[in-house]
Amino acid sequence: MKYPFPVGKSDFIQGDEAIARAAILAGCRFYAGYPITPASEIFEAMALYMPLVDGVCIQMEDELASIAAIIGASWVGAKAMTATSGPGFSLMMENLGYAIMTETPIVVVDVQRSGPSTGQPTLAAQGDVMQAIWGTHGDHSLIVLTPATVQEAFDMTIRAFNLAEKYRTPVILLTDAEVGHMREKVDIPNPEDIELVYRKLPANEEEAKYPFGDIHGDLIPPMPIFGKGYRTYVTGLTHDEKGRPKTVDAEIHRKLIERIVNKIEKNKKDIIDYETFELDDAEVAIISYGIVARSAVRAVKMLRNEGIKAGLLKLNVVWPFDFEMIEKIAEQVHAIYVPEMNLGQLYHLVKEGANGKARVELIPKIGGEVHTPHEIVREVKKCECGV
Amino acid sequence: MRFKLSYEIRDKYLRKDMLPTIFCPGCGIGTVLQYTLRAIDELGWSKDEVVWVSGIGCSSRVPGFVDFDGLHTTHGRALAFATGIKMARPDLKVIAFMGDGDTAAIGGNHFIHAIRRNLDVTVILINNFTYGMTGGQVAPTTLKGLRGTTAPYGSFENPFDIAELAVAAGANYVARWTVFNYIQGINSIKKALQKKGFSLVEFLSPCPISFGRRNRMKTAPELIKWYNKITVPISKAKNMSPEELEGKIVIGEFVDRDRPSLDEEYEAYKKRAKKMMGWEE
Repeated sequence: MKYPFPVGKSDFIQGDEAIARAAILAGCRFYAGYPITPASEIFEAMALYMPLVDGVCIQMEDELASIAAIIGASWVGAKAMTATSGPGFSLMMENLGYAIMTETPIVVVDVQRSGPSTGQPTLAAQGDVMQAIWGTHGDHSLIVLTPATVQEAFDMTIRAFNLAEKYRTPVILLTDAEVGHMREKVDIPNPEDIELVYRKLPANEEEAKYPFGDIHGDLIPPMPIFGKGYRTYVTGLTHDEKGRPKTVDAEIHRKLIERIVNKIEKNKKDIIDYETFELDDAEVAIISYGIVARSAVRAVKMLRNEGIKAGLLKLNVVWPFDFEMIEKIAEQVHAIYVPEMNLGQLYHLVKEGANGKARVELIPKIGGEVHTPHEIVREVKKCECGV
Repeated sequence: MRFKLSYEIRDKYLRKDMLPTIFCPGCGIGTVLQYTLRAIDELGWSKDEVVWVSGIGCSSRVPGFVDFDGLHTTHGRALAFATGIKMARPDLKVIAFMGDGDTAAIGGNHFIHAIRRNLDVTVILINNFTYGMTGGQVAPTTLKGLRGTTAPYGSFENPFDIAELAVAAGANYVARWTVFNYIQGINSIKKALQKKGFSLVEFLSPCPISFGRRNRMKTAPELIKWYNKITVPISKAKNMSPEELEGKIVIGEFVDRDRPSLDEEYEAYKKRAKKMMGWEE
């Protein structure tokens, strides 16, 4: 297969461009979107590439339609993606919930800018963490990945598709204007070296009769995609294992929602991904994700030079959340610092995870600029040494 | 052709484990569903090549009762979902079964843009002038002066003429009937299904429980009489003045044309892209 960009070598590209190329290498052949800064470059790259690889790229009338279209495409078997920023992501919440409820594999990229409302379109922020995790109504779970570099944006896009297919769930790639717009060197592997996951299809007619049943005991039902003669009915209403609406049966609702949540929660170890830096003997921990984690690496080095035994936990997945790991870290250190480009979002999860075993301090920053290492160092020192 | 009995259609196309339907006595949705299934049957289409899509409301429950692949989606968004289905698998035929609120209120934007693009989908529209499932609130189609729970003194807004809207937005085929126009209804659905590009068949459909009851038409027969009074065939309407047409609803076939559909245009677009890139001659 011929690709409209170089493969098997490195290239110097923007984060948004990297996401588009990775999506195509992950097998994405349907993209629907609505222009929004700072995510438009993903759409523009897709518009350029998709017709050449026999994929579809279409500009919908709004974000509600964009996510609706990719859900439709997924039900006829396509790997599908949309990308947006905070205001558009807010509009997608209704159908994100639909994708969760109907267990539809899709990838939604949110290149964060500030808010609420239209905020600062061209500057970075990390204010959509809670929206990504809890934005849609009802009890649910999904997967949220947080790249910090352009290379990670590339790699995590492929992983996002693989996780979506494996767990039959929407996956959010939660990046920001800084990662989206910066240019960095990216190693683009040969397509044959990329490991791709495809959704589990029903093995036979009998399996296809239970599109929402745990027939393999792994909580993930095979997905009988449309047009294969299985004649499947899919609804966002509470449904039984066969997909039939059962809206007033408490037991059916409990069973369905618990399975949808548990297929993520019980596979936490497989999904969660993080990196540590100087954390083994640390007395204070910094927990960070996305673009800010890069400043945090430097801050840890600077703090160590000044005699403060600091360590970093960089989260590559912010949901599902490893509360137990945070508690273990809290038992080891006396303080945890959470630098975030918001007034405290991941902070709440970390605080819950720490469970009172260590002090948890937020280092917030809003306005569009990433924390400098000095700023993180200053805040840590203020608390640790009173300076 | 032999006239098939209703139970033959029922046995062939409905999911028995989903019956009975949720529809109230006197509701027109089952009738329109029957017309649609008869049209499919007469065309000899396989159940495996058609996907049904719907939004929210009474009419949206239809895909659940028929033995086809079906997507019961969110309010007003049926055509947005249908865009993904059709464009990712252009070989599948897509029917969107929608209500008037679904189409013209919350889904108004999706509706006009699906038509503008000429998405190859057939919309079967149940227009009962009300939000039936939520209990009889007014809709964008409610005629002035008629009552709903959110306009207890009679609607004061101008209603949409959905068929005219579809014609203006560029649909390839548009027809409107009442559910009592049996032969015309089935023929129009047959025509619409065979049409490439966007097609719409609107049915004025009785809702005695939520709508009729609040407007002194408690039963389906009373609504039939009312439809007879307010509808005018399109041929007759041509010779009527705007004053004479005030408060009337025109029925018939509004447009029948063959503009290229979205998937056809996209096929050509892919070829153009490859040519411009020098990938193909």
